[in-house]
Amino acid sequence: MSDETNNPVAPKIPTQPVPAKNLLEIDDVTLRFGGVVALNGISFEIKEGEILGLIGPNGAGKTTCFNVMTGVYKPTSGAVRFRGERVTGRKPHQISRLGISRTFQNIRLFPEMSALENVMVGTDSRHKTSVPGALFRLYRVRPKEEELPQVTASGGIVRTWQQVRRGFAKTFGLSRHILEERAAEDKAMELLRFVGIADRANDEARNLPYGYQRRLEIARALGTEPKLLCLDEPAAGFNPAEKEELLGLIRRIRDKGVTVLLIEHDMRLVMGVTDRIVVLEFGSKIADGRPEEVSRDPRVIAAYLGEPADAA
Amino acid sequence: MIDKIRDLDRRRAGALHSVGDRWRALPKWQRGLTFVAFVAFIYYLPLLGIPGLTWLRTDSISGGSNWAGVLFTCAVYVLVAIGLNVVIGLAGLLDLGYIGFFAIGAYAVALFGSVNSPVVKWFQAEFDLPPTWAVTWAICAFIALVMALISGVILGWPTLRLRGDYLAIVTLGFGEIIRIVARNMEGVTRGPQGISAIPGPEGPPSPDNQIFGLIDIKPWYWLAITVVLLMVFAVRRLENSRVGRSWLAIREDEDAAAVMGVYPFKFKLWAFAIGAALGGFAGFLFASRYAFIDPTQFNVNLSILFVAMVVVGGSGNMVGVSVGAVLLAYLPERFREIADYRWLAFGLAMVLVMILRPQGLIPSKRRARELKDRAAEAEEAPAHV
Amino acid sequence: MIPRPLSMQGDLVNFADLFGHIGQHTVDGLSKGAIYALIALGYTLVYGVLRLINFAHSEVFMVGTFAVLGLWTAFGVQNNPPIGQAIIFLVLGLIVAAIASGGTALAIERIAYRPLRRKNAPPLIFLITAIGLSLVLVEIFGLVLPKLLGEAVPSIFGRARIILGMPTIIEQKTLFTVLNTSITNIQLIVFVSAVVMMAMLDWFINRTRYGRGVRAVAQNPETAALMGVNQERVIMLIFVLGGIMAGAAALLWSMRFGFTQSSIGFVLGLKAFTAAVLGGIGNLRGALLGGLFLGIVEVYGATIFASNWEDVIAFVVLVIVLMFRPTGILGESLGRARA
Repeated sequence: MSDETNNPVAPKIPTQPVPAKNLLEIDDVTLRFGGVVALNGISFEIKEGEILGLIGPNGAGKTTCFNVMTGVYKPTSGAVRFRGERVTGRKPHQISRLGISRTFQNIRLFPEMSALENVMVGTDSRHKTSVPGALFRLYRVRPKEEELPQVTASGGIVRTWQQVRRGFAKTFGLSRHILEERAAEDKAMELLRFVGIADRANDEARNLPYGYQRRLEIARALGTEPKLLCLDEPAAGFNPAEKEELLGLIRRIRDKGVTVLLIEHDMRLVMGVTDRIVVLEFGSKIADGRPEEVSRDPRVIAAYLGEPADAA
Repeated sequence: MIDKIRDLDRRRAGALHSVGDRWRALPKWQRGLTFVAFVAFIYYLPLLGIPGLTWLRTDSISGGSNWAGVLFTCAVYVLVAIGLNVVIGLAGLLDLGYIGFFAIGAYAVALFGSVNSPVVKWFQAEFDLPPTWAVTWAICAFIALVMALISGVILGWPTLRLRGDYLAIVTLGFGEIIRIVARNMEGVTRGPQGISAIPGPEGPPSPDNQIFGLIDIKPWYWLAITVVLLMVFAVRRLENSRVGRSWLAIREDEDAAAVMGVYPFKFKLWAFAIGAALGGFAGFLFASRYAFIDPTQFNVNLSILFVAMVVVGGSGNMVGVSVGAVLLAYLPERFREIADYRWLAFGLAMVLVMILRPQGLIPSKRRARELKDRAAEAEEAPAHV
Repeated sequence: MIPRPLSMQGDLVNFADLFGHIGQHTVDGLSKGAIYALIALGYTLVYGVLRLINFAHSEVFMVGTFAVLGLWTAFGVQNNPPIGQAIIFLVLGLIVAAIASGGTALAIERIAYRPLRRKNAPPLIFLITAIGLSLVLVEIFGLVLPKLLGEAVPSIFGRARIILGMPTIIEQKTLFTVLNTSITNIQLIVFVSAVVMMAMLDWFINRTRYGRGVRAVAQNPETAALMGVNQERVIMLIFVLGGIMAGAAALLWSMRFGFTQSSIGFVLGLKAFTAAVLGGIGNLRGALLGGLFLGIVEVYGATIFASNWEDVIAFVVLVIVLMFRPTGILGESLGRARA
């Protein structure tokens, strides 16, 4: 779309934002593994700014659907479009750059890295410094006043040294690498505070308590500056109090302008926070609507609510 | 017996950790000063004459090797270990063909810098150059670096998409191919005859050379150790940057890293190319100092030795791998009785370290934790593998 | 006169010889490939069950050749013994080599892999351990044993790391010639016995109770464990089976080439691994196919270029296969899809 608007010859297409624009469209997606049909002609869309719940009994294809959206699997037929651009066929890191981020059902952090570093991997994704930049630091950027090294010492050789550094930075600028490092660290710290685990920022991810790890995954995913955040059973293993806290966090994420897709087993959690719910069963969509509507849908009750053994 | 070893090891590891913690707790200026003192000591090593420490010298035993020469070998091996550590320790790729890059670096200076090389002869004939003409040493250094880097990319491009263990075997094959090519392409490399008169910083080897001669190795050592320090500095810069974090993330969980916007292939290729360049530069130094190379010096066994240095020392940690390199290069020279058995000892060391202490003798703190937790996981749920 | 130092000596490629004697080269390749295939089975079995490259398997083969050498030397076998004796020595050699190789494989499993499995170590740790073990075995046979036995039995192990010759058990004779292609008795024996050994292994895995256990563990270790399959026993079994096949390969090698060396395993092991990957690692029949195919490609390649490029060809094949079809010709998996 942007290509067309950039072309002066082409007729202008009105690009006024329609109130609830579709952020992600899943268009007739089918996925087969050998003879097994994992997803069968699924279509739904996620609207900008909403919290969408994706539910269904075990093995209904929720996580598979997720994996198609994030580029882990390629659908047999059909397409996934994100803001009008095809997602299918792109590599995971490209999809991340488009603005889709996710967490994993079974936590997959970088266990040896500190919590802060974990989030920094996410925030790094919008940065440009690569090997030459980090090695030689030749790409200089004129720093803003507050980014310059501060002269804090009251006197002596330390003060002179600080003055030299400040003067050097003023004359030659700061390397992009340094600025990006700082930005990444600041943003990562901010995200850790946002999800409420900043007190353990320097602990290795391995050593964090379970609840912290779940929230660290969310922080890391937010680090990539997503438009759409997909949470894969974020409340698994949480007690009711923790779940309540998580609901608040999800709402705050939405309030920041991030659309949220939530995969969840716990019906109460889904009902409490989502704007809309899509229900899958055996790889097909059986319902799509507001929580109250869906919870009254007889097919959903039969497939999901009526069979608590399956839903566990 | 094994329990005893384990117990001893635990005590030693405890002591090491407290040393590490105390080091980190020191104020910055004290650490800086200690580091400067350490560097000064390293530069002083070839002259080592402190009473009580002279027994360290390899020429303190009868028929021992030239002390500075051994130190030079150690420095070259440390350079190799630092390069290989980027590949194995940081990016988590097992490269068993590292000797190939070492050989490429060595052959780069030999082919372009020596008047005896067929390549130089061809240039002389083609462009009517005098018979003493050859490419200058400094330019050869650049050529060696670039050739190794490019060969790393050429090898990595198709193979880095493979699974880790396949990659290891393919790289092993690569190391062997380089040696066979060097042996077989007699028109280019003079095959098994080898190439002599490889230049040093002062030009081709001759008795007139004031500093970099064949008798006094001390300047060679100082040159090599300077390169090592520069490379340590460079790799440190990478480690603590977006690049280093991406490497670690890929090593930990490649899929998760990709979802977080890291392009694994790109960073793996970088790791491979940087490792190759360092290995090539080590080979370049090696060839310059000995002024003669032939294909038998690049036996694939050396690749295994290189891997042993890294994993025994403690992969992921530059201090660890350097200690590993120094041990493996120094011990057989100082203790001649064991020199024959050194391959056996390396093999045993690799097996024992992997079984008893997979994080290496001096582990990087992070690496150690990962492995401990894996063991914990295994206890919780009986493994099927 | 401008010298042409950059050209290679002799003709670069030689297709005339290849197409002139294509049948002969194929036969040579098949008998060579049969030995690769037997060794490849060891990689394939272990990989099929443990998803692990047993790098030290090449040394299992090496130990087998030394066992054969030791046996023949101990009995003072002379060149070209009478046919009855030859058969006895071959059968004895097979038994001794199988025991030595199988034992070595089992020892490797118990000493190195089992403790690592207990720790749930990542695959690269297994590989590094195996490389270390491989080095240890090579050194034991190249250095330690000669030093220990050097005085006592000089003729068996000789000096360190040299090529050790063996007596010719069967003199090479051309049995018959068809279409300009002569087939020797040794080629026939090698090929037939390799195929027979493989058929037996195939039968064992597919038709017996033990084989069913192996297939079950290969397909799904958890379920197999739940069904009461003893995993540790299955793992021991596959190592022993792989070792026996390597022992058989060692005997055939000794009979055909008549020499060994402590470092013999390295290149041969890599080629066998290539064969296993080529046929689809984890797939028994694939190993046979891959071995034969690699043998033929190698002989053709060595004819087209020169024999000193032979080792390069196998590695190039390996890289190409891994790049374009990493699951090999027949696909992976010991349990399923084996035609």
